[in-house]
Amino acid sequence: MIKVEGLTRVYGAYTAVDDVTFTCEPGRVTGFLGPNGAGKSTTMRIMVGLTPPTKGRTTIKGVDYHDLPNPGRTVGVLLDASAQHGGRTGREVLTLSAMTMGLPSSRVDEMLQLVSLSPSEAKRRVKNYSLGMKQRLGIANALLGDPEILILDEPANGLDPAGIRWMRGLLKSYADRGGTVLLSSHLLHEVEMIADEMILIGRGKILAQGDRAALLSHNTKVETLATSLDNDGLSAALSAKGIPVVPAGEGLRITAEPVEVGRTAVEHHIVLTDLRSGDGGLEELFLQLTADTQREGVVA
Amino acid sequence: MSTATQTPAAPRSTAPSGIPFSRLLQVEFRKSWDTKASFWLLFALGAVVVAAEFIAAIVLAVNGDGDTTVDLGTFAGVAGFVCELMLPVVAILLVTSEWTQRTAMVTFALEPRRDRVITAKLGVALIWTLVTVVFALVMGVLFNLFYGAVGGSVTWTGGAGVVGFVIVQCALMLIGFAWAALVLNTPAAIVIYYAFWFAVPTILGIGNALIGWFDSFSRWIFFQQATGPLYDGFWNMSAGEWGHLIVAVLIWLGAPLLLGLRRISRAEVK
Repeated sequence: MIKVEGLTRVYGAYTAVDDVTFTCEPGRVTGFLGPNGAGKSTTMRIMVGLTPPTKGRTTIKGVDYHDLPNPGRTVGVLLDASAQHGGRTGREVLTLSAMTMGLPSSRVDEMLQLVSLSPSEAKRRVKNYSLGMKQRLGIANALLGDPEILILDEPANGLDPAGIRWMRGLLKSYADRGGTVLLSSHLLHEVEMIADEMILIGRGKILAQGDRAALLSHNTKVETLATSLDNDGLSAALSAKGIPVVPAGEGLRITAEPVEVGRTAVEHHIVLTDLRSGDGGLEELFLQLTADTQREGVVA
Repeated sequence: MSTATQTPAAPRSTAPSGIPFSRLLQVEFRKSWDTKASFWLLFALGAVVVAAEFIAAIVLAVNGDGDTTVDLGTFAGVAGFVCELMLPVVAILLVTSEWTQRTAMVTFALEPRRDRVITAKLGVALIWTLVTVVFALVMGVLFNLFYGAVGGSVTWTGGAGVVGFVIVQCALMLIGFAWAALVLNTPAAIVIYYAFWFAVPTILGIGNALIGWFDSFSRWIFFQQATGPLYDGFWNMSAGEWGHLIVAVLIWLGAPLLLGLRRISRAEVK
């Protein structure tokens, strides 16, 4: 279990992490989601003692990271897959970590196999690796000590679609067996597919957290997209009820719940060909919450 | 790359024991030669020592016409010159490569007690110094025998010089290590070391020659001068010589090492 309490990190006048509090439970995958520069990596670095916090604290299984006797055996960490000596082979990188943790070299072979790095690839120097291969090596390094907790910063970065699916399966089954997983991403879809719990962060502050349903309840925008065989008729019927309707592409954009639109269609015997909630789901929420932190200014 | 379907073993919950220092030492020792750059640096160090000894032996044999007497220190001194140039670079790379290659992120995540890692690195630097020094001395003995065999005049004295040689080599390596810890940047640390070894003595020498009182001041910071008496045996050194030596070592080694260790233990690792 990872606990983050009132964590703040200030660089001069810039607050990278601002009073962040959350918990990662065993048996769950927690997704840490936010745009670039939101403070995800800084928070993760503080968790593993690489960056000192300005205020607040993080604990792993109730103790400070510095007090874990052999941290690699408790927490698997992947913060930056590129942070490896280019002159070492992939196997050598894992061998050094295995030696530090006191693991047999057979564990290195197991992990290479697990992340599908072939023996010939493992003999190549890391500077000749693609980003995807470095990422696999980094995941192998994190899993090496058979930890109960995984902290992964943008682990899907550079992986091909098959690799991303593989990683999803790996982390899911890991959590199912009681492991705690915290992974960060700036890509909503990636996190949405795997995380049981999501933490949305922007400009160092937590904007929302919880599971999918809890997050969607934040969404106050009520909108429905509908297409029917008689759009004009439907539009007139809805307008008669005082519901605002605007044409949108081949259909209508209606400021009401889908159930209300469906009921109106039934009443007027209009055949609907498409009816869906126009709230945009998590993506809309994500963009809405992070709108003022996005570099692109106004979105959505 | 195909996509594997295996999964890792089930997460455990037993508390692991700590990392013994001997294991950190082993890991850091391995890191000191397991990259191309560090391996060839060590290889070159050995090769240049052998080459320098050969050249020295030939020069002595040709010029000395058998009259020049060599002692234990003659050939060891030649090896020492090479070591002075290259050993500190080995020490510098031990520290700075963690930062320039950003491996410190992994190293310090696996052992967050950073002082233990740095102490292990210091141990490895000392091991390499002793290995090199022993190698240089063995070379010295071999070439002495060789020189004697071809008709040269050889004596087996100069033990005090050897002791001084070992101490100075260790100190120089530590100076490289200390500045590396302070600046955490390979080229900068190497430049500082070479400036210390070549430029500073020249500047101090000029000062001594031009300014009358300068000598009484430069004694305290002139490392080469302060370590000179060590070659005649530290047991023969006067209190004044000890004073100069201690101050010079504190300035060039003590201060940067202390500040460097403080910097590493507090720095943010990115």
